[in-house]
Amino acid sequence: MQADRLHIEDFTPGRAFALGPTPVSADEIVAFASEFDPQPMHLSQADGAASILGGLAASGWHTSALMMRMLCDSYIGNSASEGSPGIDSMEWKKPVLAGDTLSGQSRVTAARVSKSRPEIGIVTFRATVTNQRGDVVAICEYANLIRCRPSGEAA
Amino acid sequence: MKLSELHPEGTKVRIGTVDFTQDDIIRFAGQFDPQPFHLDPEAARQSLFGGLCASGWHTCAGWMKCFVPYWTSETIRLGKDGIVAPKLGPSPGFADLRWLRPVFAGDSITYFVTFLAAKDLESRPGWRINTIRCEGENQNGEAVIRFDSKVIEFP
Repeated sequence: MQADRLHIEDFTPGRAFALGPTPVSADEIVAFASEFDPQPMHLSQADGAASILGGLAASGWHTSALMMRMLCDSYIGNSASEGSPGIDSMEWKKPVLAGDTLSGQSRVTAARVSKSRPEIGIVTFRATVTNQRGDVVAICEYANLIRCRPSGEAA
Repeated sequence: MKLSELHPEGTKVRIGTVDFTQDDIIRFAGQFDPQPFHLDPEAARQSLFGGLCASGWHTCAGWMKCFVPYWTSETIRLGKDGIVAPKLGPSPGFADLRWLRPVFAGDSITYFVTFLAAKDLESRPGWRINTIRCEGENQNGEAVIRFDSKVIEFP
């Protein structure tokens, strides 16, 4: 157990964690879509441009997965995380197009210790993902289970 | 034909099954969700999950992987009966997602869709936003995922 990892006590409401930057290539968009969401606007530049998305656009599930990777690289990888019970809401606000670079932040909205499992905390976050022009492409409100700091361990 | 005419409210339709192999779980997690319980069977045994399990986003993507071919075959099936299938577009997001049980290596997840409601868009005549319930259950009939997704429908 690494003592310097973040525990529930470190997630005070208002604390924000920076996300990205993460570039999104056409090849990655097509690879993800080919496996999970093979719709024309996620597979070809021409079909994407002809769709209301306006270009080769990532599957919303790909955007979500990229957000997850940014969360892992930002704070989860350095936290006593025990996964997530769910997502209150995910809004795909704008298309993520080939060549975009994603960044953003995830801010703690609330944190409490579980009543049934006193060693586990439940932290809720609001993550905002933006593209290189500053447009918000996704907003996600989600929960993360994070262990409490073992007693006797220094913060 | 509108989606609401095709699927009476509350009719649950099975859309397909995805087998979650250990290799697929680790490959997805390595790219998008590199947490120990998605990557390393031994570390996973020490986690709350109790065993190597899929990223929740992998479980989500599995729903989409089933829905796209299901909808393609529905469109063809309806066409043979002289019915023009509802024209579905991108999703603006989802809400109330719950990962109800871990999806472990070797699990086989069967996915479902249920039409819940349609709302006309006042700003764009003929356009609608449908709410659909998306669900998955494992080979033992236990629910593993549930969320309510929004889907645009064009005239």
